[in-house]
Amino acid sequence: MEHFDPVILARLQFAATALYHFLFVPLTLGLSWLLVILEATYVMTGRPVWKDAVKFWGKLFGINFAMGVATGITMEFQFGTNWAYYSHYVGDIFGTPLAIEGLMAFFLESTMVGLFFFGWNKMTRVQHLATTGFLALGTNLSAVWILIANGWMQNPVGAEFNVDTMRMEMHSFYELIFNPVAQAKFVHTVSAGYVCGSMFVLAISSYFLLKQQHVEIMKRSFAVAASFGLAGALSVAVLGDESGYTVNSHQQMKMAAIEAMWDTEPAPAALTIFAIPSTGTMSNRYEIKIPYLLGLIGTRSFNETIPGINQLIAQSEGRIANGIKAYGAMVAINKNPKDNAAREVLKTTGKDLGYGLLLKANGIDPMKATTADITATSKTLIPDVFVLFWAFHIMVACGLWFILLFALAFWKASKRRFATSWLYKAALYSLPLPWVAIELGWIIAEYGRQPWAIEGILPTRLGASANSAPMVMTSLFGFVAFYTVLLIVDVTLMIRYAKKGPETAPEGAHA
Amino acid sequence: MIPIPFDYETLRLIWWALLGVLLIGIAVMDGFDMGVAFLNPILGRTDSERRVIINTVGPVWEGNQVWLITGGGAIFAAWPAVYAASFSGFYLAMFLVLVSLILRPVSFEYRNKYIGKKRAAWDYTLFMSGLVPPLVFGVAFGNLFLGVPFTLDAFQMPHYADSLIMGFLHLLKPFALLTGLTSVVMLASHGAVYLAAKSDGTVQRRAVTAARIGWLVWLVLFIAGGFWVSQLDGYTITSAMDMNGISNPRTKTVIVEHGIWLRNYHAYPILYMVPLLAILSSFATAFLLRAKRFATAFIPSGLSVACTIATAGIALFPFLMTSSLEPSHSLTVWDASSSRLTLWLMTIAATIFVPIVLIYSSWAFHILRGALSEELVRTNDKHLY
Repeated sequence: MEHFDPVILARLQFAATALYHFLFVPLTLGLSWLLVILEATYVMTGRPVWKDAVKFWGKLFGINFAMGVATGITMEFQFGTNWAYYSHYVGDIFGTPLAIEGLMAFFLESTMVGLFFFGWNKMTRVQHLATTGFLALGTNLSAVWILIANGWMQNPVGAEFNVDTMRMEMHSFYELIFNPVAQAKFVHTVSAGYVCGSMFVLAISSYFLLKQQHVEIMKRSFAVAASFGLAGALSVAVLGDESGYTVNSHQQMKMAAIEAMWDTEPAPAALTIFAIPSTGTMSNRYEIKIPYLLGLIGTRSFNETIPGINQLIAQSEGRIANGIKAYGAMVAINKNPKDNAAREVLKTTGKDLGYGLLLKANGIDPMKATTADITATSKTLIPDVFVLFWAFHIMVACGLWFILLFALAFWKASKRRFATSWLYKAALYSLPLPWVAIELGWIIAEYGRQPWAIEGILPTRLGASANSAPMVMTSLFGFVAFYTVLLIVDVTLMIRYAKKGPETAPEGAHA
Repeated sequence: MIPIPFDYETLRLIWWALLGVLLIGIAVMDGFDMGVAFLNPILGRTDSERRVIINTVGPVWEGNQVWLITGGGAIFAAWPAVYAASFSGFYLAMFLVLVSLILRPVSFEYRNKYIGKKRAAWDYTLFMSGLVPPLVFGVAFGNLFLGVPFTLDAFQMPHYADSLIMGFLHLLKPFALLTGLTSVVMLASHGAVYLAAKSDGTVQRRAVTAARIGWLVWLVLFIAGGFWVSQLDGYTITSAMDMNGISNPRTKTVIVEHGIWLRNYHAYPILYMVPLLAILSSFATAFLLRAKRFATAFIPSGLSVACTIATAGIALFPFLMTSSLEPSHSLTVWDASSSRLTLWLMTIAATIFVPIVLIYSSWAFHILRGALSEELVRTNDKHLY
């Protein structure tokens, strides 16, 4: 087992547990607001059919919520277990949003979720509605803070390297929380959650409407999901575009990779909608392009160019050279903290220290790096273009389909035409798609940032703990096996309780 | 920018105290859920008794668990070096804790969706979730007194002497097993007091018995632990320490000396009040249980838990994590914190949010007040665990 690479295993573990955790989170984000809408309607109209709907969807919410919380704990502690150097190196900045997330969001949602399920007979209707509202607010606030943390990994603002403590330290909390990447990511991610929750309700309502069961509850649920889902789907797309814009300013390599754009094109650049990119040959086969479109999205102008992968690599060689100087200065200061000449060097080159560390991450001593080493290392900055290109294009295709589907559902629901079986079938079969799109979205965000854990600051390879391969392998297998069993239990229960339908008085009693 | 009104030393002390508050919050709040989960298959003989036991914590365990999650986040933010060195150092132990913590919500949520043997199986997963975390945390705490085998390199990267299995087995030293056992007994007893306050009939009677036996055992273990600590090799800083200095744990000198873990108590004998209060509170708990003042008994019970943790924390101060391989690399309050700005921001966040959290959690406990009976569980079958 010793020939396995512990860093790769730790990355696999992170990817597996994060993707797994995010099977549950978006449904919580979206379904919590749908519960608020359904319950608010119940409080306003006083009609029990709405309460039955809240209880039915609430039960499914509960099954999902338990898994979301449980798998989130692994995420938090995993930084400490598998990524000890990362924790040391950026804990000063990265830990703060996590702690505030606990204080501000997790306490709120977790306290309210208990009241939501156990407080039906102990509170007034308005109090219970307020509980549901705070539950939804709490889940969404947690997304704010975790995306501030993740946004910082993509665009590390408001922090500086401190050579005396050998880590990044915060100098502006304001820049951290108003990081434009974090803002765009937040709205994009919660909107995706709203789409996910809406699709869940729309699909299951459609299932019952196809079978002509629980029609009163289901057509109401269908209508609410259609409207909320349409708003969410539009917001995902608009903020996806906003994300595109911010990615371009801060992570040009990711932008170039998801578009498989190897070379800078004359402005405005064309948008590639089909290609078979290969990182090996650094080119695409079978391209289909739409002229001008990428330039418009990426720069919102007709005359700015978007840099291609080859140009970005050429630029990075300069930063690596700078990073070598910074690394040398850092080592000198480590030996002699009073070396003021080295401190001056670090002051001017410190922002490229991460590129010096990148050499180290590739097994090269930065102090002895040759020009060939620098060129080879700059090539490692190219993420997996094939995966990113296709992940991005499938995600966008799903996003466009959601807009169409929710628009049709909304139109039908607003006309009160609840007898269109093809639409129900389309909704039912689209049930897995939000999860597909969302997981691909995270693959783009995280895999697309490689080789960096913190963009331009800390290479992923250096962030890992000094754990041996057997250790990481044990926990990786442990989690995968354990999570697989849980997923089977979860999905089985979810299907069983969804199929069982709402517990209500006999059909028609609520008219 | 507005200047920070506290110096670095004060902020570090505040965050040492807040670390204590969080650990105590975890033990007092999440601890009683774990205690109840642990006691469930022991005190509950029939399914309906077990449902009563589980539903006493049903509505609140989730909120309580956030003490643990927030505690993790706060250590990450305020003591990143501790976060990095401890969780990667206690690797397999942490893995077991994580698995059991994941089992907990799942067991709560899924148990009543099965019947018969399958349902009973969830009682044992729940039991594990009430046993493993208190045990591991207790054992880990004991190891802080004994020293953890790690060193820091020039880049501040923690390295360990042990591999997977040995690293785990080396945690299980006799003293650490004693602290682990103390932790399990303490939280089970605390859970039993909570259960006594929230149930009636047979379950309540058994819970009272369990609480009284439990706190008695705890008393013996706690006193034994105190004597044992006085006989251990302790850590002390011998170089001049700049309490406002930079956070670099490799610049001081630490020596190991026999029998000095109680030096803070010798220096300030008033501190002996803390362990004394832990003991007196356990007597108060027993007295109130006899007087059938179950809800009131929860207060001294929680106080015993809090003072037990404080007793250990005071003895360790200023150490947060000791290194047996290279004592001078031990992490202390003065050299393992995050930056002054981060500590200050976190202080503001805690000042704003902790009172808000306490207000709405109290409201939730108020709404959910009252005891559970088997009758109540039967009539509310559909929306209880």
